[in-house]
Amino acid sequence: MSTILLIEQILNGLQFGVMLFLMAAGLTLIFGVMGLINLAHGALYMVGAFAAASMAAWTGSFTLALIAALVAAAMFGALIELTVIRRLYKRDHLDQVLATFALILVFSEATRWVFGSFPLFLDMPDALSGTVMLPGGIEYSKYRLTIIIIGLLVALGLFLLIARTRVGMRIRAGENDREMIGALGVDISILYTMVFALGAALAGLSGALVGAIQSVEVGMGEPVLILAFVVIVIGGIGSIKGALAGAILVGLTDTLGRTLLPVLFSTFMDASAATTIGSALASMLIYILMAGVLIFKPTGLFGSA
Amino acid sequence: MIRERYINAVILALMVIISIAALWMDEPFTITLATKAVILALAAVGLNLALGQGGLVSFGHAAYFGVGGYAMGILASHAQNYTPLMEVPFLIEGTNQMPVIWLVAVVASALLALVIGALSLRTSGVYFIMVTLAFGQMLYYFAISWPAYGGEDGLSIYVRNEFPGLNTLVPIQFFGLCFAVLCVVLFMVHRLNQSPFGLALMGAHQNEERARTVGINVTRLRLVAFVISGAITGLAGALFADLNRFVSPVMFDWHTSGQIMIFIILGGVARLCGPLAGASLYIILEHYLGGLSEYWQIYLGLILLFVVLFAKGGIVGGLARKEVRHG
Amino acid sequence: MCPETQDRENTMFTTLRWSALGVATAAAMSLAGVAAADGHAKLKVGLITTLTGGGAGIGADIRDGFMLAMKQGGEGIEVVVEDDQRKPDIAVQLADKMIQSEKVDILTGIIWSNLALAVVPSTTAQGKFYLSPNAGPTQLAGRGCHENYFNVAWQNDNLHEAAGAHANTAGFKNAFILAPNYPAGQDALKGFKRMYEGELAGELYTKLGQTDYAAEIAQIRASGADGIFFFLPGGMGISFLKQYADSGIDLPVVGPAFSFDQGILQAVGDAALGVQNTSQWSKDIDNATNKAFVADFAAAYGRLPSLYASQSFDTANLIISAAAKADVKDQDAFRDALRAADFNSTRGDFKFGNNQHPIQDIYVREVIKEGDIFTNKIIGTGLTDHQDVYAADCKL
Repeated sequence: MSTILLIEQILNGLQFGVMLFLMAAGLTLIFGVMGLINLAHGALYMVGAFAAASMAAWTGSFTLALIAALVAAAMFGALIELTVIRRLYKRDHLDQVLATFALILVFSEATRWVFGSFPLFLDMPDALSGTVMLPGGIEYSKYRLTIIIIGLLVALGLFLLIARTRVGMRIRAGENDREMIGALGVDISILYTMVFALGAALAGLSGALVGAIQSVEVGMGEPVLILAFVVIVIGGIGSIKGALAGAILVGLTDTLGRTLLPVLFSTFMDASAATTIGSALASMLIYILMAGVLIFKPTGLFGSA
Repeated sequence: MIRERYINAVILALMVIISIAALWMDEPFTITLATKAVILALAAVGLNLALGQGGLVSFGHAAYFGVGGYAMGILASHAQNYTPLMEVPFLIEGTNQMPVIWLVAVVASALLALVIGALSLRTSGVYFIMVTLAFGQMLYYFAISWPAYGGEDGLSIYVRNEFPGLNTLVPIQFFGLCFAVLCVVLFMVHRLNQSPFGLALMGAHQNEERARTVGINVTRLRLVAFVISGAITGLAGALFADLNRFVSPVMFDWHTSGQIMIFIILGGVARLCGPLAGASLYIILEHYLGGLSEYWQIYLGLILLFVVLFAKGGIVGGLARKEVRHG
Repeated sequence: MCPETQDRENTMFTTLRWSALGVATAAAMSLAGVAAADGHAKLKVGLITTLTGGGAGIGADIRDGFMLAMKQGGEGIEVVVEDDQRKPDIAVQLADKMIQSEKVDILTGIIWSNLALAVVPSTTAQGKFYLSPNAGPTQLAGRGCHENYFNVAWQNDNLHEAAGAHANTAGFKNAFILAPNYPAGQDALKGFKRMYEGELAGELYTKLGQTDYAAEIAQIRASGADGIFFFLPGGMGISFLKQYADSGIDLPVVGPAFSFDQGILQAVGDAALGVQNTSQWSKDIDNATNKAFVADFAAAYGRLPSLYASQSFDTANLIISAAAKADVKDQDAFRDALRAADFNSTRGDFKFGNNQHPIQDIYVREVIKEGDIFTNKIIGTGLTDHQDVYAADCKL
């Protein structure tokens, strides 16, 4: 495999990882602050994509579509936080898993009811379509490059938000001692709603960005959700830094595994069998990675016990 | 307040009455539905041991359910085609005898649970939930892409496997067989819960520190519970495959794990007959709501939300009104 | 089709969607298609298809195409519709229910090969007919063929074989081929290679349900291929085409119709324009039955029909034609009536081979834009009077 192809694949892995980070950041933030495990995060990703597709169909503007995705996901996030999620903070993880699993069912079927069973159309803006020539003669998609940049900007923004702002201080305080922050007079329920809506908005943004290069359909959030969970478990639940590291690790492992394993296997077996077996192993690779990390670090790379 | 044991008796009796009534009214499909409820309940009884008694929230029990199913599928397909399962180092033939298949399913899923449990029990809390989910997904993708036993197509067995003295193709006989298996397992689980092992498991769930200080090896205790739990779910998988005369990777899907959990929460966590009540309710909902609306899963979701938020303890817990701690 | 009707359809596509949804739901839920006036049906058909979860769009097409034919000519035939949720175990149980409780004479409707493999053998073993409106798994076409199993769509390999043949015509010398890693995907590549005569620049299996194809597209770019064949049904195909169009690679693409049906094309948009795909049906096949079908379907449901709808429409008309000739209780006579395939197919000529799978022409279509709607136009014939290779193994 040539160097150029390898670098291109690394970029692809990075882009996939950044995408996963947008999902994982919200999940890990919500877990870190409220101690809540939220399976319905994938539903918010879907809400973002559907909102963006509807707005784009109506106005034709991709910027407005992204804004619609952020707003819709944040609104639905706040709505379910106020009605359902806040009753779950004091419950055990089992209740949280089941209640949010129930939310997935409701969201998926309600979306199908409103939008029908056929996938929707969402395209990237003309300005971002096509490719650019990167130094070293690598031809790379402008849109994917934009996703990488947006993702890294969001990561930077989140770090600043948490490290530098008043809200961030409260978030950190909430992570450390939930009762204490309530005692200090901070209105914890507003903080929780805000954090949840922020996480939801990130999921919605991610859904809209991905929706432009994938298929906007009911159930699109589920595969991503599971991957995002793998990411935060590898990174350490509750850690934004861990989510970023985990996301990029998973993105690279998956992309490189998919391309390199069949090649590797074909060095010692028949080509067609190598493709089958190599691809089979590649699809299991990130779960193997996760199991491996947990055996050596049971609380993830950046997790605290 | 009603004693839980009376509720259990009523639930079990209802299953029998419904099936016999269906036989009498010539509604064989109702018997098939009841059989499905019994088998899914068995899978949930397995999970309930780990989840209810042991507090181990496994989100990957589909793995054992699937392995049990494939134990049946692989053995029966070799028997059907008259090809040996393996010849080296020694000859193993396929079989269509349920007792043999059950034994293989139980052993295979117990071994798998031993490996997954040993690795997963190094973690706890959310990590445990997620790592069990990941192992389940790993097996799911393996089953889809491994071509030898049908991949995503799954394996079809044209006739149900045999049990000495019964014609398993007759719905009521197969129901009776599954129901008997469920009763035997329920009795064993009941005895297990009353035994020192069961009490220690419950104790470790309620207060891990105290259990350690009195000298209990909590990790080993949990591993044993996890293995038994996986084995029971594996047995259910073999029966489920026989009910459908078909196995496929869908049995490994994470939705299957979620469903098995739902049966427990609907019926009542850590209640002996909770899984049966939960699975029956689920199947009634699926069958009748599905007939009312294409979007029946919205209602299923809302009902589930209601139970989780406001009706903790599920059906059995609600009737018995005696808190059993879980968490 | 003239531009005027096209425009009318476009508006209907958006405005009638709601009411069409309602009507369709009502039809499905009332459990009855068209029963005879005296309330006693001479023939009962069970239609099991996917109406929730992934692929529910295809299920809606199958159901609507079938019901349209029943509404037009299905007097005395009762139809029961159920949703399999795309789960094999649910499909098996529904089949049991239809046979045991509903006492249907014929089952049909299943979309996916893995579900068909779960249902068909036990259906035929219980002495009922199964007519497949979509899936045509290999196992049921060769040694596993059955006198009560009819396939009205195609054997799974057919469209891929036609794509292989077309790749030769289109001058592919070094093709890159890819499909998901599951049995239908493996069969797709096998089918393509059976007819394709050139070299392979690469052969890839992707993960089932995969949505990001950046890595695969990078490999295509590096491979030096002169053409691409892909089989990625449903959402996978939408993702691949959008990402491929954005990659700047400009190689000819061929594929089977499954990534280019009417339901999907609107979601792919411009990215699909010019792509050539193989199909046994297209809305511009020039015969009276097809023209009427396309117009009636659009009028009834507010959208253009897909190939899935055409297949279930044909299936329903085949049943109607057989029911007019023979009583279903006389299985041999009814089977002969089915075998005769004496109905007006949307595909024009239609006949069954010895294994009761179609022998038919497979066309090459190109994706075009008519007004605001993306659709297909026939540009040639891939294979003429094509029969699957497994027929030789069938003892019928």
